[in-house]
Amino acid sequence: MSFWTRHQIFEKNSIILIVGILLVIAIGGLVEITPLFYLKSTIEAVDGIRPYTPLELAGRNVYIREGCYLCHSQMIRPLRDEVERYGHFSLAAESMYDHPFQWGSKRTGPDLARVGAKYSDDWHVTHLTNPRAIVPQSVMPGYPFLSQTEVDPDTIADHMRTLRTVGTPYTDDQIANAGADMKAQADPDNAGSDAFTKRYAKAVVRNFDGKAGTPTEMDALIAYLQMLGTLVDFKIYNEKANLR
Amino acid sequence: MSQPSISKSMTSGESGLAVVFAVTAFLCVIASAKALDAPFAFHAALSAAASLAAVFCIINRYLDRPAALPPAEINGRPNYNMGPIKFSSVMAMFWGIAGFLVGLIIASQLAWPALNFDLPWTSFGRLRPLHTSAVIFAFGGNVLIATSFYVVQKSCRVRLAGDLAPWFVVVGYNFFILIAGTGYLLGVTQSKEYAEPEWYADLWLTIVWVTYLLVFLATIIKRKEPHIFVANWFYLAFIVTIAVLHLGNNPALPVSVFGSKSYIAWGGIQDAMFQWWYGHNAVGFFLTAGFLAIMYYFIPKRAERPIYSYRLSIIHFWALIFLYIWAGPHHLHYTALPDWTQTLGMTFSIMLWMPSWGGMINGLMTLSGAWDKLRTDPVLRMLVVSVAFYGMSTFEGPMMSIKVVNSLSHYTDWTIGHVHSGALGWVGFVSFGALYCLVPWIWNRKGLYSLKLVNWHFWIATLGIVLYISAMWVSGILQGLMWRAYTSLGFLEYSFIETVEAMHPFYIIRAAGGGLFLIGALIMAYNLWMTVRVGEQEVQMPVALQPAE
Repeated sequence: MSFWTRHQIFEKNSIILIVGILLVIAIGGLVEITPLFYLKSTIEAVDGIRPYTPLELAGRNVYIREGCYLCHSQMIRPLRDEVERYGHFSLAAESMYDHPFQWGSKRTGPDLARVGAKYSDDWHVTHLTNPRAIVPQSVMPGYPFLSQTEVDPDTIADHMRTLRTVGTPYTDDQIANAGADMKAQADPDNAGSDAFTKRYAKAVVRNFDGKAGTPTEMDALIAYLQMLGTLVDFKIYNEKANLR
Repeated sequence: MSQPSISKSMTSGESGLAVVFAVTAFLCVIASAKALDAPFAFHAALSAAASLAAVFCIINRYLDRPAALPPAEINGRPNYNMGPIKFSSVMAMFWGIAGFLVGLIIASQLAWPALNFDLPWTSFGRLRPLHTSAVIFAFGGNVLIATSFYVVQKSCRVRLAGDLAPWFVVVGYNFFILIAGTGYLLGVTQSKEYAEPEWYADLWLTIVWVTYLLVFLATIIKRKEPHIFVANWFYLAFIVTIAVLHLGNNPALPVSVFGSKSYIAWGGIQDAMFQWWYGHNAVGFFLTAGFLAIMYYFIPKRAERPIYSYRLSIIHFWALIFLYIWAGPHHLHYTALPDWTQTLGMTFSIMLWMPSWGGMINGLMTLSGAWDKLRTDPVLRMLVVSVAFYGMSTFEGPMMSIKVVNSLSHYTDWTIGHVHSGALGWVGFVSFGALYCLVPWIWNRKGLYSLKLVNWHFWIATLGIVLYISAMWVSGILQGLMWRAYTSLGFLEYSFIETVEAMHPFYIIRAAGGGLFLIGALIMAYNLWMTVRVGEQEVQMPVALQPAE
């Protein structure tokens, strides 16, 4: 029986054809994806990575909602010009608590993986409200409505609980104080801000949008942008130990 | 009917589905009342209304129909089910124009940012997923469903399986599009490119898609032909693999069952790999395998020539579906994804060139002995040019997956240009060609209203594509080179904003190209509308006169 005659078994039996298709398409995915879950070298051993604070998490959700990832990557490649333009290349560990990841695929605007602490809060408020007020040639949309919407401190704990179920190591303490922490991060005069900074290493407490009262989506988004890429201290990062 | 005394009663499908939709409507009303956020309340209310409409339609159809369901055969010839195909074809044309229009809008926003109007629901970030979903899943998906239901019936010589099931598939799928599209405008997204819809839309799509698979498979199982026609292998691979990809990429945990927000089970690097395993194979199986099925049926049919090589189609099929699945990591070159995965992705992407061109050769060479028809039949010309574009983008793709090339092209407009040479040239043209064939066939018309208008459509759209892709090549390569340019003193030569400024003229040319493509589609919609409205009825040949095969 020739090869071509043998092939008729697929052409004459739909169930065998379906099983054949499933087997053939399973191989590539299994080989490429499964090892990423157990190979230790996949994610670098790094100090300093922590889950997002409640306010940063709310800001990250605004970032996702507005589709920022469609024009801004968060993934610096180990190429000379990128490292000089944006900073140290991105580590896998830096996005290990990202559900979903925000690496992006297009740079209509610049990479944001290390935008944290590069510009002042004021710069961000002005720029997000009207990008062309600061960068005349910019093609970014304006987001003035972010200042008008408050974030909800009452439901953020539910979000953190959900994230804990999918693998983000939030502590009971962090979840119990989520709402209070959210307000504390945007208000330096808040009595709870010391306890907050103990719960989240390197978290910054500032009135990000410069306005009093419940934090707005502008506060949240800027809190998120200002922490991006700031968690790892590359002065003590062991490059050699993590060579892959 | 031979038995006129048959008593009329609801089929179990009718009564069962009516009850399920009634319960769904009730549950959706509760969900709407308890909703935590406004978009979820809106979607629950929309679902409740749609479920009630479904109950009404099912009962109404029952009251209007004769006691017996449509027979599978009339006088020994299959009684093909064309209703759902007509619905999907009309929706394809509608969503196509909507999707091209949104594409034109967002292209213009990049040239003139004032067009974002600084409102949430008109900004680029929310409209871009609307554009991609409308053209890929709404336009492309409806073309695939319509043609697959047509091809599977004709090539198996049986009526489509199921009574309400095909209608459930076409209407349910378009309802998914409605939920997804309105969700984007309201800010409901899980931010995974080409898989943005949230958990409840994903669940609904799963139900619809499994039904689609069952209808398609059941029709093949009861076929009258011993062999399963080659187009149906490709349709089957498309349907099955999209189901696997959808389930693999979307396991998400909702924060509350009464809210739209969910968090995806995968995190960071694993999520990235799952996403592009999905993302690239949405291209491979939705935009390639499915449309190759169209090529394998419509080109031989229109050219009235057999497929060039049956053996080549066997090799093409298995090699294509085996290799495609591996190609995902080329979207993640030089990222934090481990090198071994990137190298595997690149290697298989390059190998993928071979089966892709095998398929192209099989499609083009089907024209052997009928090349003269390209002069006289603009529909066939559209189909053939689509295969040429397929060949071009399946060469460009492997080339861009080479790491050194990718280091320049990634993150730039070159990628956008590459996608559009495939999407406008290949998927767009093969869909247009298929719809131009399909509409006269399913509405029983002798031919199209005007071949001259098809000719106009062809040339206007081709000009649009050429403007689009050449503008993106120039802007992409230009921006990639500017990012890495150094002065003689060793400093980066350009600030980022200078590279944005340099894109401006090309964004205008691109928008112009997109505008031409949209005009072409409007001409097409008019032509198809007139074909259905005033086209000459095809006289059905009496059975006795049918020549023996």
